[in-house]
Amino acid sequence: MLELTDLRVEVSGKEILNGVNLTIDTAQTHILFGPNGAGKTTLLMSIMGFPEYKVTGGQIRFNEEDVTHLPLHERARLGIGMSFQRPPTIKGLKTRQIIELSGHGGADIDEIAGEVNLGYLLDRDVNDGFSGGEIKRSEMAQLIAQQPSFVLLDEPESGVDLENISLLGGAINKLLQKDMKRQRVNSCLIITHTGYILDYVEADVGHILLGGRISCSGNPREMLGHIKESGYEECAICPSC
Amino acid sequence: MSKLLDDLTKRAEAAIDKKAPFGEDIDLTKYINPSERYEYVENLETLSAEEKERLMAVGIDTKAEQRSGSFIQHDTTVRHRDSTQEGVEVMGTAEALAKYDWMEEYWWKAVAVDQDKYTAHVQLHQNDGYFIRTLPGVKTTFPLQACLYLKEEQITQNVHNIIIAEEGSELHIITGCTTGPHVKEGIHLGVSEFFIKKGAKVSFTMIHGWNENVAVRPRTGIIIEEDGVFLSNYILLRRAHSLQMYPNAYLNGKNSTARFNSIIAVPEGSHVDGGARTYLRAPGAKAEIISRTISTGGTVISRGHMIGEVPGVKAHMECNGLILSEHGIVAAVPELEGRVADVEMSHEAAVGKIAKEEIEYLMARGLSEDEAKSTIIRGFLDVKIMGLPPHLENAIKKAVETGQQGFM
Repeated sequence: MLELTDLRVEVSGKEILNGVNLTIDTAQTHILFGPNGAGKTTLLMSIMGFPEYKVTGGQIRFNEEDVTHLPLHERARLGIGMSFQRPPTIKGLKTRQIIELSGHGGADIDEIAGEVNLGYLLDRDVNDGFSGGEIKRSEMAQLIAQQPSFVLLDEPESGVDLENISLLGGAINKLLQKDMKRQRVNSCLIITHTGYILDYVEADVGHILLGGRISCSGNPREMLGHIKESGYEECAICPSC
Repeated sequence: MSKLLDDLTKRAEAAIDKKAPFGEDIDLTKYINPSERYEYVENLETLSAEEKERLMAVGIDTKAEQRSGSFIQHDTTVRHRDSTQEGVEVMGTAEALAKYDWMEEYWWKAVAVDQDKYTAHVQLHQNDGYFIRTLPGVKTTFPLQACLYLKEEQITQNVHNIIIAEEGSELHIITGCTTGPHVKEGIHLGVSEFFIKKGAKVSFTMIHGWNENVAVRPRTGIIIEEDGVFLSNYILLRRAHSLQMYPNAYLNGKNSTARFNSIIAVPEGSHVDGGARTYLRAPGAKAEIISRTISTGGTVISRGHMIGEVPGVKAHMECNGLILSEHGIVAAVPELEGRVADVEMSHEAAVGKIAKEEIEYLMARGLSEDEAKSTIIRGFLDVKIMGLPPHLENAIKKAVETGQQGFM
């Protein structure tokens, strides 16, 4: 589904990613760990196609198609969707409208809002004065309407209380068709710092991003255990990496 | 009244060359006073197709459904006036002056006749205008509509409007000012004096739709008594060569309220200098000025001057501007003046282009860059900020959507 080959990305002239190789197959959920400044968000933004994240080398392939230089909205239309960690406020644009726009008119707004407990925010301006949990639920409602086949989630649990993490976990599972075993096609790449989301979303593979490249891949729960125990410093000197 | 008129005429004559502090100084001698008169029409549907089209573009419903009354003036001629609700009076000001002796209590009481050359010109060459009055306790079911229309080329239209909301009454007015499709040049001078009595409420929604070389100089004063509410909404989305206005609201009564909202877009060649000044003169008085301006090449200046004269008043101003062209100019000039200690006054202003983050956020949902920009602009010009009743909000929304097509 998604294949990154020797991906190099710079932001404002500074190289952040220096040779990322990553393959995510259909119906897989991958977790991305890494210390602050490792380039995790840069990786997600580059896959989504934000113009500030300049690809200087390598390739991004999505469903066999080279999308390395495709504009942002065309990648979204091909089926890549993203949940933002700190989305902007858009004055005058109502939450109901952005969900409708995300679904290109085909979404049942009230049903989606019910799923993520967003009904009371539908007539408010997008992200205007929203709490951390409200932002995440609004992001999820937009993604459910958009129905991407590949989802990028940037710290879905940050700033969210336990009750909301559970609700968000349910929404992510629905988005990723976790209830459908054979027919499942949707894939996902999740950035997490705390790993709390792993209690709610079953993940297949974990990766550690260090110094702008994937340094280690494996079982996400085991990796989280190691990180909690020894921190990323150990990863940097781990002989298997 | 004749003594008063003599006095006003003398003051006007003395001010005929007095320049306004803001806006281009317009040479009034290059315009002619209109001479042609037009027939009165009983039914607005009998107006010509092009006239109806122009009226509808500024929110005037020629079927007059869901309207409590209508007033239409072409150049100097009152073409139509009616009221369909008891307790609501609609007529030309010339007729009102002849009918009511007490008009002198209102005539030039909220605007000074010698404020500048434009007010002076209206006094010396007045061509009617509308008189709208709600009797005590009367609440209009539907809004009244009024239209001042420039039909002839190169003329000056000099109207003087008087609006009185008697105690406890409620009045919603939608007024559209426009020009005939063939009129390229002209000037509209409009004096409007509002008197909001104790406990009365007036909403005044004005949509302007001028042609390219038309100059416009409205001069407005609003006097608000105890518990009175005045809500002004102004919409301009078409090119006007030069428009300058700076209405003054005098919040004289306890707990009186004034709110000014404006949505203005200026294409290249358009210069708009607008805003509002509010004098908060009684405890509990509240005023708010909210403007949304867009330049696609023209110049727009949003002014606001809020003066807190007594303790216990509140005032807030928001000026937001978007510049969508390399050559456009948007200026926000907010002024707060507290003359005593216990006042609560604030302002916020932001001018710039559409935030890149907002465009990209929508693009990540599959919208193209142009679609994302249009969506953000539509939100920026959201008429919900105006707090209108639903049927009026829909009419305004339509006018804004039509206007947007012109500059987006």
